[in-house]
Amino acid sequence: MKIVVIGASAGGSRALETLLSCLPADFSVPILLVKHHDSGSGTDMVKWLHNRTTLDVHLAEDKEHIQAGSIIVAPPSYHLLLETDGSVSLSIDEPVMHARPSLDVLFESAALAFGDEVLCLVLTGASRDGAEGAEAIRKAGGKVYVQDPETAEVPVMPRAALGKSGAGFVLGLSDLTKKLLEFANE
Amino acid sequence: MTSPVPRSSQDVNNLLEAMTAQYGYDFSGYAPASLNRRIHRHMQSFNIESVENLKQIILKDEQAFADLLRSLSVPVTEMFRDPPFFKYLREQVLPWLATFPFIKIWHAGCATGEEAWSMAIMLHKAGLLSRSQIYATDYNEEALTTARRGIYDSPLLDTWQRNFKESGGEGDLSDYCFQRYGSLRMDRTLQQHITFANHNLVTDHAFGEMNLVLCRNVLIYFSRDLQNRVLDLFKESILPGGLLCLGPRETMRFSSVADSFEPVEHEWKIYRLKQGFQL
Ligand SMILES: C[S@@+](CC[C@H](N)C(=O)[O-])C[C@H]1O[C@@H](n2cnc3c(N)ncnc32)[C@H](O)[C@@H]1O
Repeated sequence: MKIVVIGASAGGSRALETLLSCLPADFSVPILLVKHHDSGSGTDMVKWLHNRTTLDVHLAEDKEHIQAGSIIVAPPSYHLLLETDGSVSLSIDEPVMHARPSLDVLFESAALAFGDEVLCLVLTGASRDGAEGAEAIRKAGGKVYVQDPETAEVPVMPRAALGKSGAGFVLGLSDLTKKLLEFANE
Repeated sequence: MTSPVPRSSQDVNNLLEAMTAQYGYDFSGYAPASLNRRIHRHMQSFNIESVENLKQIILKDEQAFADLLRSLSVPVTEMFRDPPFFKYLREQVLPWLATFPFIKIWHAGCATGEEAWSMAIMLHKAGLLSRSQIYATDYNEEALTTARRGIYDSPLLDTWQRNFKESGGEGDLSDYCFQRYGSLRMDRTLQQHITFANHNLVTDHAFGEMNLVLCRNVLIYFSRDLQNRVLDLFKESILPGGLLCLGPRETMRFSSVADSFEPVEHEWKIYRLKQGFQL
């Protein structure tokens, strides 16, 4: 079973809009999303995305099962983790690099649970959160693509997540969408 | 499911079995993803190379086991965490509690105790504390020691005040906690109505005849099977018509006890034990 994990931070709302609004309603791979929240309500973020994609978007509920056609969003103040059986768990473990939810926590759990079945995208952001998790996914045989730091609103996060991997893994938003579609159809 | 089983999972199972056999702590029903993460973080901070290694160490060394236990527990909490939830309790639940001659409340998984202290403050403000008994339990003895002592770091006061105000609390929170030498000390008179006790939800028994049970952000650490067992324990502990509060992202929807409860408040996951369902 395949899974897409996406991390976004500063500037991420617009990038997510561009990325996700192009996916068809029958997109066959479940998507898990961590977006750093400035504060408060993840419900706002879900509502915002809801009007911009044909996929079902909702805040994660503990132990729900991932499903094709769904984007499960990490709730504010909770880490989101993927289990081997395809359910998700939440935790309020300490923030990682000041972030909860944290990209690293989601990515590392996905690497452990789904190994080479993971496609990971890292979008714009000012944090280095996600770099270690992305490395864990590469080590487990999964694929990591990052938003081109040149065109990202804030380049720090995609640049950090790129690690030592080469230019082929740096893509503009429309090419990232293409990668998602390719991955689903593989 | 075709997903690969992580290579270390057998080692982790062996470790968990050893912990149960030697010390009576059973983590086999915990949700693997966060449990694995905490085990690996513990190994990093104690410079232990493998899970197998960790197992050997804790089998020989009780102190090493205590260290691991501490790493596995996540006693993260806050005074009046989720203010709108406390507002709901204040406005909707306290008037109902007031109809009882004696009030029993259980905080399961209370961590360092802030939630129990918050409850005591609310009950006191409503004039109900004198006939209330709060039980606050956790398996983390170190967290319980902090809870009992009721002394916290002063810088927390700002967050506490904000949460208290947002929860509709009137007056000043500092009526209930005193600043001294950079720390905050909770009012002793509240404490007479709180019993902090060691209790393990996996292995220990039900508590009797509760009007209200709060178990927030604890079930997220458990797999569905263990969640069901613990929810059963709560069902046994609650009086017919009594209330159970879970964390805002936790649900009873997938559970075997769902039929025995009816939802009272959806957003804050408050459920009522139906009348005919007590043993
Ligand atoms: C994240 S804290 C939640 C604190 C508080 N209820 C809140 O929501 O703010 C989780 C607590 O559950 C406790 N816990 C975990 N497993 C437990 C068990 N088997 N029995 C009792 N407590 C447990 C941990 O020690 C930790 O203190």
